[in-house]
Amino acid sequence: MRGKCGLFHTSYASETRFFQTGFQKLSLGVFLALLLCSPFFLSNYQVSMLNMINIAVIGAVALNLLTGCCGQISLGHGAFIGVGAYTTGLCTLAGWPFFAALLFGGLVTAVVGMLFGIPSLRLKGIYLAIATLAAQLILSYVFLHWESVTGGSIGMGLDAPVILGMSLDNDAKMFYLTFGVAAASVLLVANILRTRHGRAFVAIRDFHQSAESVGVNLFAYKLQAFAVSSFLAGIAGGLWAHYTMYITPEQFDIMLSIQYLAMIIIGGLGSVLGSIFGAVFVTLLPEFLGALAQLAGSFFPNISMYFLALREGIFGLILVLFLIFEPEGLAHRWRLIKAYWKLYPFAH
Amino acid sequence: MEYYLQLFVNGLVVGSIYSLVALGFVIIYKATKVVNFAQGEMVMVGAYICFALTVQMGLPFLVSFLMTLFFSVILGLCIERVILRPLIGEPIISVIMVTVGLSTVLKSLVQLFWGTQIRVYPPILPTDPIWIAGVPVAPVYIAAFVLSALLFTVFSLFFKYSRTGIAMRATAMDQQAAQSMGIGVKNIFALSWCIAAVVSSIGGIILGNINGINAQLGHLGLKVFPAVILGGLDSLLGAALGGLIIGVLENVADGFMQQVFSLPGFKEVAAYVVLVIILMLRPYGLFGTHEIERV
Repeated sequence: MRGKCGLFHTSYASETRFFQTGFQKLSLGVFLALLLCSPFFLSNYQVSMLNMINIAVIGAVALNLLTGCCGQISLGHGAFIGVGAYTTGLCTLAGWPFFAALLFGGLVTAVVGMLFGIPSLRLKGIYLAIATLAAQLILSYVFLHWESVTGGSIGMGLDAPVILGMSLDNDAKMFYLTFGVAAASVLLVANILRTRHGRAFVAIRDFHQSAESVGVNLFAYKLQAFAVSSFLAGIAGGLWAHYTMYITPEQFDIMLSIQYLAMIIIGGLGSVLGSIFGAVFVTLLPEFLGALAQLAGSFFPNISMYFLALREGIFGLILVLFLIFEPEGLAHRWRLIKAYWKLYPFAH
Repeated sequence: MEYYLQLFVNGLVVGSIYSLVALGFVIIYKATKVVNFAQGEMVMVGAYICFALTVQMGLPFLVSFLMTLFFSVILGLCIERVILRPLIGEPIISVIMVTVGLSTVLKSLVQLFWGTQIRVYPPILPTDPIWIAGVPVAPVYIAAFVLSALLFTVFSLFFKYSRTGIAMRATAMDQQAAQSMGIGVKNIFALSWCIAAVVSSIGGIILGNINGINAQLGHLGLKVFPAVILGGLDSLLGAALGGLIIGVLENVADGFMQQVFSLPGFKEVAAYVVLVIILMLRPYGLFGTHEIERV
């Protein structure tokens, strides 16, 4: 490779390798090392933001596998995350070790997700979206009214996760757990996409009839996509529940589903890197808007009154603007920037 | 028994409003194949505009009613031109999410101007109940039902006989063929958004007269999906019947669950339980077009 200009692939394996160049490995290594050291030099609040981002990355990469790669729209992922949160919470309250509870929460969510994925055999596009919307609303109702289990509208209090006798009771300790799980999920999804299953998912998304006629079993693969995606969503929910240590039904309402869909659209549909960008963007957006409102508040004292109403609206507006002007998301913009610097200063 | 009869009548009225909102949904879907998740918010915007004109500016009801309709036309045109037209040909998830984004924008605008508390319209019709089959019914309920029945008749005739209506049906059938026959497909798209905004506003004004309005009115839009899926996504008759059936069903099921199992708030999900069953058994609904695909 050295001394040559550009990359020349001579085999399929080399084309699907994660790291095409040594520079990529080096920059990712530096980035990861910085991230792992970050709890030492960031404030507690900043580390808590990183935790929220890590959890959002798990959910976003899960949803992107299902919606972005396999083409199955899910408006129910907020509720699936809730299923994971409640199941994991109930298990740890019953005295299970944390990782067992987390895995069990993921499995239960996978089963629930597959249950609501069964209609995908006959439904697609808008019909499936509405079926998953029904899943969201029915599950929200269950969270709220199955009071003996979920605590109803009062919610459910939990303890910080305990791993091998060590309680992860502050943001910095929690960061290593959430970061580890997020990295594992990203690696899992990225690897699934390189296998036969991932190619089958993409084939189903692109044109289900051709996929079927070349021998892809539509139903089996769609169910697999639902299973993996909701498993990871459940894991994200379990982590979230034990990070915030308090869960109520309204955390898992339709707005959460919309937020996750917004993440994958803003980041880039069908792109693992895009899921990470989207999760960062959507998690940090309220912070950014809050800072902006404070700044504006020094000029217009009444603006904070309207800010709450405006926040959701600005979120919706950004989503609309992305869909109109940057439909391929931040991942696409990232590629363009990289290409620009590769050729700089010769634009063509 | 009287309890259930009362629930049935209430369900019919609420259902007639669902039908109106579903009508707007079906018109947009039929002509443009766009699924509008902001339909409930369009209802809300119409209701608040009419409220602002009658109560806050003190105009007579009829004048503000007509002005609201005019405003809805403008709103429909703007939405179609600014938001939906750039997305022609994009995948379905983009189109869904753009209307979802639109719904949060509309909702927060309404909260910005009018806050979140319930606002009440001044009574326009007399409030003394009329007795029908031993059940007291408020005149505004009857007016709501009659008005939506009237609108449905008008639109059915419009689609069946008028030139524009036929052009709209042709566009729905095959956009390219319609265009090559000299139909302005873009105008048809704009027109269908206008009609949807107008019928939604009328629904919102009726609701405002019955219950008052607040910022949660947009949730009504979520009830439209079960109604149109039950009726069939592209059928006007289906929208009418689907709305009525869902309205009655959720009211009666809610009362039943409360009385027999003392389970509160079943109203919120009754329609969705039905929806899941319909999707499993007959995804194209009662009157929708059954699309056939073969491999």
